Amino acid sequence: MTSELLYMIAGLGLFSIGLSGVLIAGHVMRKILALNVMGVGIFMFLIALARKSESVFDPVPHAMVLTGIVIAVAGTALALNLMVRIHNIDETELERTRQESAKPEKIEL
Amino acid sequence: MNGLSSSLFLPAIVFLPLIASIIAFLVGRNRLQGRINMLFALLQFLLVILTTVLFLSEQSYQSSRYVIGGWGAPLGIDLVVDGFSILMIALTGLLTLLISAYSTSYFSEQFSSEQKGLRFWPLWWLLIAGLNALFVSGDAFNIYVCLEIIGLSAAALVAIQGTRAALEAALRYLLVGLLGSLFYLLAIAILYRTHGTLDLMQIAASADNGLPDKVAMILIAIGLLLKIALFPLHFWLPQAHANAPTPVSAILSALVVKASLYVLIKFWFDILGETTTFGASQVLGALGGAAILYGSWSAFRATQLKVLIAYSTVAQLGYIFLLFPLSKYAVGGSSFSGSASQAAIYFIVAHACAKAAMFLSAGNLILSQGNGEIAQLKGIATREPLNVLVFAIAGISLIGLPPSAGFIAKWLLLTTSIESGQWWWVIVVIAGGLFGAMYLFKVLGLAFTSGTVDTGQGNKQPREHVSGVMTAVAMILAIITLALGFNAEFILNISNPIVEASSV
Repeated sequence: MTSELLYMIAGLGLFSIGLSGVLIAGHVMRKILALNVMGVGIFMFLIALARKSESVFDPVPHAMVLTGIVIAVAGTALALNLMVRIHNIDETELERTRQESAKPEKIEL
Repeated sequence: MNGLSSSLFLPAIVFLPLIASIIAFLVGRNRLQGRINMLFALLQFLLVILTTVLFLSEQSYQSSRYVIGGWGAPLGIDLVVDGFSILMIALTGLLTLLISAYSTSYFSEQFSSEQKGLRFWPLWWLLIAGLNALFVSGDAFNIYVCLEIIGLSAAALVAIQGTRAALEAALRYLLVGLLGSLFYLLAIAILYRTHGTLDLMQIAASADNGLPDKVAMILIAIGLLLKIALFPLHFWLPQAHANAPTPVSAILSALVVKASLYVLIKFWFDILGETTTFGASQVLGALGGAAILYGSWSAFRATQLKVLIAYSTVAQLGYIFLLFPLSKYAVGGSSFSGSASQAAIYFIVAHACAKAAMFLSAGNLILSQGNGEIAQLKGIATREPLNVLVFAIAGISLIGLPPSAGFIAKWLLLTTSIESGQWWWVIVVIAGGLFGAMYLFKVLGLAFTSGTVDTGQGNKQPREHVSGVMTAVAMILAIITLALGFNAEFILNISNPIVEASSV
């Protein structure tokens, strides 16, 4: 077994681990991380197949990985932003209900 | 012929919206924002018309290639158009013009805060750029990039409303989109390892039905079905399409799901056509049938107008998936050809126009009524007669009654299923039409009932009449839907020679 093949299989393994994470994970943060693990798995696969021999490398997969990383960063940033906004809305909502439930007690006192 | 392949039209189709996006971002709060965007929409439309005319004037609708930077296929990226993609580009150009006109009014101060318009326009043009780039792309990895541009900008557009429901729908939409794209990317990596090229035609030329090709086709199908929202994978669509601002809902249902469908059709029938089997096509057809029945039933049960229309999209996408078994069987298992492909492409065009018209008119009704409850629409026909008319025309097309584009599309589907001997799809198509009538007449019946709802009407002052532009745009789309029904041959002829055009 060549080392490239080993890396490719490891990349596919990462992809599967990430996929199970996306499907099973409860929290959105975990899902976003799992998606990134999937992406890294594919990148590893691509980098491994770029090596043609000891010193000859195919540049095209490298270019694909670079582009893929940029896209992954953009997607992750947008997902995190949306997650934080939803969290903030929930927080303010929680705060308001807490204040509302606190008011009647004061009146009774 | 040195028409399209040597001219700058194809790259310009991609770059014009990108430039518009940057300028819309720079212009910001300026009062000219609306006019500048209208100018770009007109320019874009003109460009698309010229490209289409040029394509049609070339002999036998052969596919044209534009070689970016003169590099050529294995190393560089080529832009390719054939009959199918030129139709999608023309459709995108038309809907961009109309929905942009609608949006200038929708995002003006009268109806929404200035903030939303500020966010809308750059993302809007980015989405259009992604769509156009996808339709002209001849490179597998380039298609991945386009899918991501579309997915990211579409998810951000859904989030514009800023409500919790919209943000949650956008987040789910984004995650599903990213997941689908990753499946596609893995497939591309496998294809590159097997064939040593990313150019679609070169992959098609060396595809040999080996195990890697089969695995790649399965991965592509899973990834894109997630993005298209075929029946069991539709869970994200209704909320995303219903919670978006109206112009965004319209473009999401009309074009964005079709973009992934376009890629799937290309791979399934052209590029990896040999790997697909009769059984797999039947599975897709069965899922499509289930989507028709389930989507229609859910639409019937919906209480919000936009949710109803979104579920109707789930159902209508099901019809297009009936093409997969039909074309596979009809022409001896060769490839995407003959009347089934015509039916599917015609269906895509018909549904895009009808659904855009329906979403825009529904948006007008909601603005006029002040909320999106279907029960609140009672008697609205007297106040908004034109918008109800548009809704009715779009509904007629979706149900498939003559004279409308939807009728021709369904007629083609029915005749091909009978010709190919697969009569069981006929039952599904007819049942789907009945279900469609059920949920659309539910809305129309309420709209024409006299009297208004008493509950909570006193404190809620209905908004003033919807602006003329917004009604006019919806009306134009409805007229186009009808006109397509009378002028079907034109589109059928463009989509017909797709096999000759794209087989290598």
